[in-house]
Amino acid sequence: MFYDEEYETLPREDLKKLQFTRLQDLVQRIYNNVPFYRARFDELNVKPENLHSLADLKHLPFTEKQDLRNHFPYGLLALPRENVVRIHASSGTTGKSTVVGYSRRDVKNWARLMARSLAAAGVTPRDTVHNAYGYGLFTGGLGVHYGVEEMGATILPISGGGTKRQAMLLKDFGPTVLTCTPSYALHLYEVARESGIRFEELGIHTGIFGAEPWSDEMRLDIEAKLGLKALNIYGLSEIMGPGVGQECAVAHEGIHIWEDHFLIEIIDPISRENVPPGETGELVITTLTKEAQPLIRYRTRDLVSLRPEPCACGRTHTRISRILGRSDDMLIIRGVNVFPSQIEGLLVETEGLTPHYQLILRREKAMDTLEIQVEVDECLFSDEIKHLQRLEQKIKKNIKEFLGVTAMIKLVEPQTLARSEGKAQRIRDLRN
Amino acid sequence: MKVEQLSIFLENRAGRLSEVTGTLAQAGINIRALSLADTSDFGILRLIVTDHAKAKEALKANGFTVGRTSVVPVEVRDEPGGLDAILKILSNNGINVEYMYAFVQQSDQNAVLIFRFDRTDQAIETLQAHGIRVLKGDELYHI
Repeated sequence: MFYDEEYETLPREDLKKLQFTRLQDLVQRIYNNVPFYRARFDELNVKPENLHSLADLKHLPFTEKQDLRNHFPYGLLALPRENVVRIHASSGTTGKSTVVGYSRRDVKNWARLMARSLAAAGVTPRDTVHNAYGYGLFTGGLGVHYGVEEMGATILPISGGGTKRQAMLLKDFGPTVLTCTPSYALHLYEVARESGIRFEELGIHTGIFGAEPWSDEMRLDIEAKLGLKALNIYGLSEIMGPGVGQECAVAHEGIHIWEDHFLIEIIDPISRENVPPGETGELVITTLTKEAQPLIRYRTRDLVSLRPEPCACGRTHTRISRILGRSDDMLIIRGVNVFPSQIEGLLVETEGLTPHYQLILRREKAMDTLEIQVEVDECLFSDEIKHLQRLEQKIKKNIKEFLGVTAMIKLVEPQTLARSEGKAQRIRDLRN
Repeated sequence: MKVEQLSIFLENRAGRLSEVTGTLAQAGINIRALSLADTSDFGILRLIVTDHAKAKEALKANGFTVGRTSVVPVEVRDEPGGLDAILKILSNNGINVEYMYAFVQQSDQNAVLIFRFDRTDQAIETLQAHGIRVLKGDELYHI
């Protein structure tokens, strides 16, 4: 099933020509309108007219997440501010989140690419989609929402949380497609089961899961328990949101990246050179058609491998593997992106000093949990229980408020957290 | 009037309390009074010992978080209503007791309670004005 058959099956030669035309246009736009990029180009002594083929992409500068933060919030816009119709942002403490602006056409393209992704996953206008991605600044909820409407299926704008109620809604509204993070899908299954709802009898034939890395074992587990086909969706807010790529229902393996809109490279994160096809590296994306906030060679920090062989579904767009890991220390907790440095920042703000801490991630009943162990030194210590409990509450509240994650706070004795060669072991990820 | 109390942060795990007492035993320090407050995760051990400076040093050397607080030892008549009389005086004067615990030995025929008040100086004044005996540090350590 295609949504946009002509473009989805464009012969590779034509696709490459289209990519090059769009890249030329992008480079011209970005050089003329974004001072940050103009400065980078000038530094590297690159001019838009030096671009002669797609191979010249390697002469262009990379863009890092930090560049977006440095130009918070609107410094990277390539359009006048009044042409921006929507803003999304990833979580972060004040001044640290990454903000993305969309033009009217960006929003339209996003909806069409999301519709394309849904179609690739086997969704048709007759389907009803239970969308449990969070609505708000996070791109998940609204991204899926507009795609479902665009293709003409029915959207249930559920958003995150209230799992018991969600389980009831599954029964009441009879959705045929579920969209959420894979760990939430399993959690929803558990809660539904406790309420006596048999998930496999609900009539949900497809689950479109993303926003966090998951393993093939987890996919098999989800498919067996929930009785549906579990497919991977790829996206990130800096580039667009969900719908940058999608696993097709035919091959059920490998995510097609919509290459008429996104130019991809896979690089070695250290040498920054392209890795040979099939080898694992960091995914780098250039947004060919974005108007409001286009990015050149954005380093996603997601580790993937390319699957260049043609796909049985007939789409000519290259596939990537599922996300195999991260090339930085970003943690994804229930679909929320969290950097340890953000937590550290909040701890420092909470008590005005740098406490030693450790983050412990676990998966309990298919849900990610975050425990933050904070060492109690003499500055923090009080001989009254209530003061220490208030401190725990304060940290918990700040983490929830600024990062959107619920954490358990545990006060521990000093020097109990493992330190290796003087450097504190900050993270223990026990999820997989 | 005010005496020093050591407080020690303890994670709730087996053997941790005995590590404190072991440290003190090795340093030759006698525990005169103690109380333990706890939650599901952690506890706070409050101690009055014979040599606070030495005790603190020994505990810190063994990696414990040690705090110091001023508390007030108060003589309480060892008879029905003894404590009640004191608490009434405090409550009539709007003084809040954060916590309290009993001292091991008696002073003459009276019991001794260790109080932690929200306003320590005002509490001492008020008690004395009502004829309640507040012990000095030296008196307390040498009962």
